[in-house]
Amino acid sequence: MDRVRTILTVVAISTLTTCGALLIVGTNPVDVFSAFFKGTFSSWRHFAHVINVWIPLVICSCGLLFTFSLGLWNIGVEGQIMLGAVGTAWVMRHLADMTNPTVTLGIAFLMACLLGAIWATLSGILKIKSNVHEIFSGLGLNFVAQALVLWLIFGPWKRPGVASMSGTRPFPAAVWFPVPEGWRFSPIALVAALLVMGITAWIFISTRWGLLIRAVGNNSRAAEVHGISINGNFLLAMAVAGFLAGMTGYYQAVFVYHRLIPAISSNYGYLSLLVVMLAQYRWTPVPFIALLFAMLHVGSIQLPLTLNLDSSLGGVIQGILVLTTLGVVHFRRNS
Amino acid sequence: MDMSWGLFLGMIIASAAPLVVAGIGETLTERAGVINLSLDGTILLGAMVGFATSYATNSTFAGVLAAGASGTLVAAILGLLCLKWSAPQVAVGFVLTLLCRDLAYFLGNPFARIRGPQLTTISVPFLSDIDFLGTALFNHNILTYLSIVLIPLAWMHLYLTRSGLILRAAGENPEACRARGYMVMRIRFVYLILGGFLAGVAGAMFSLGIKPGWGRPQGAEGMGWIVLALVIFGGWNPVRVSAGAYVFASLQAMSNIVQNIWIGIPAQLLQVAPFPLMILTLVLINTSEKSYQPQSLTRFLALLKARPPAALGKDFSES
Repeated sequence: MDRVRTILTVVAISTLTTCGALLIVGTNPVDVFSAFFKGTFSSWRHFAHVINVWIPLVICSCGLLFTFSLGLWNIGVEGQIMLGAVGTAWVMRHLADMTNPTVTLGIAFLMACLLGAIWATLSGILKIKSNVHEIFSGLGLNFVAQALVLWLIFGPWKRPGVASMSGTRPFPAAVWFPVPEGWRFSPIALVAALLVMGITAWIFISTRWGLLIRAVGNNSRAAEVHGISINGNFLLAMAVAGFLAGMTGYYQAVFVYHRLIPAISSNYGYLSLLVVMLAQYRWTPVPFIALLFAMLHVGSIQLPLTLNLDSSLGGVIQGILVLTTLGVVHFRRNS
Repeated sequence: MDMSWGLFLGMIIASAAPLVVAGIGETLTERAGVINLSLDGTILLGAMVGFATSYATNSTFAGVLAAGASGTLVAAILGLLCLKWSAPQVAVGFVLTLLCRDLAYFLGNPFARIRGPQLTTISVPFLSDIDFLGTALFNHNILTYLSIVLIPLAWMHLYLTRSGLILRAAGENPEACRARGYMVMRIRFVYLILGGFLAGVAGAMFSLGIKPGWGRPQGAEGMGWIVLALVIFGGWNPVRVSAGAYVFASLQAMSNIVQNIWIGIPAQLLQVAPFPLMILTLVLINTSEKSYQPQSLTRFLALLKARPPAALGKDFSES
């Protein structure tokens, strides 16, 4: 009952503020909401685009559930996605011509997950060895990862002829994942995302580790008394989050862009942080919130053309939702 | 290279100015024990509000004030949620940074890619005619001059005044501060607001000064994160934070020149240099007691030594 009241309050406040922002720029909120609806539900193509955003969001958010459960702020997830994409592109560059496509795709997948996990573990090691807060190491590593991506695109991996912001040379057509006619996403990837979601839920519901990390997150002192290694669990949770972020990067590189581009992460790492925060760090609402965020994301793309608004409106609504939730939850805890 | 060194130095001072202003604001905020992670978004929002207001009123003064007000508002939201209702500072700051960024792009859309007013350069009479220093130091807009004045002012306030002592106490040992009868919450709120105001002004320094105009991207993106890194790198000391800002601005200015001479160094590496340094500083904070580094390295690392305010980011309830 309490939760329902929280949700209703959040929705009411968010709707009012959003409408306020729209009226400031002189737009009728009804037009905007119908544009969102048209941009996401009016055709299979549009909805397929939503799914294409939902898949990486869900995969990445699942990883963050583990770190958040331990109270870790894995803000470095953005860089972990980039490293996943870099690993993918590296394998594609060096192996695509040598082995058959299935093997290449498989090795690229492992490489992406491995690099993502290593990048995340780096933050974890800095935390447990040197007590560096994971926010600052993560942020720092994000910028290093972004520099690495740019350097690769403009340096060693530049297109023959001229380097440009449009990214590296596309991967060979043989390693493009087959997509059914008229679809924008691969059903195999959708199944994979659902599988990740299912395994995550299973870990939290019925494995010892799932219960354990939540216990540690709630009370690290008590866990220590009971002889549970907190540091080991920090590293493991970071590695799992990095693994899934690497998978997200793989999806972006193999399924969406077929090459490495400067904005390969599409900010999905930061967006996933918002998804999990809005879910109040529980796994059950994640797929639904990810769907809402994907709809806001895709629905915004047409706004500059149809209503002459900036496409950042989707981000504004997402931000207002999360900020209001934080406000309402902590206001009620404090009164 | 056919370029006056005075002009080059002047360029560095001008482009470091917003980082200095925002950096000093954040230093004061963090010294009081609050971390305002929303800086990157606040600066961008300030840039938009500053430009849009200047355009609408044709007054850069109004623009700068409005930019400061927008930063104040963002800081006040953080203060309400985190200081009053005890929400986690990092979470709220992070959401605010993304929200302000998108809000700036959204509300600023009508003002994108148009010409507008800019801060005028004021040449100090006589002084600006001095051969080298004149072009470097006395040919700036008013806010750049203020940024230079702000450095000793902030330092003096922090270390030489009574209120500076109380401010540091609020960030080091809020319980003792409270026991002495000071309103920790109010002190923190004041410096949070001040830091937000300065971050907003820093935004206007971009859109009305070194990166004139509004657009997506504006060019100030990422600067807030740099400032957060510089505050750590500078060990929460306004003078060192500002020094860091000048070093960063020099690196950026050089990266443009170096690229022409020496193609081997990619510009991206110089752009992100503050971040590994920030991580290194943080590592040193916690390993400085252990002395297993070789001698010469230790001496260099001693320069980076720092200690964060003990109660930084921690919730404090006055009951």
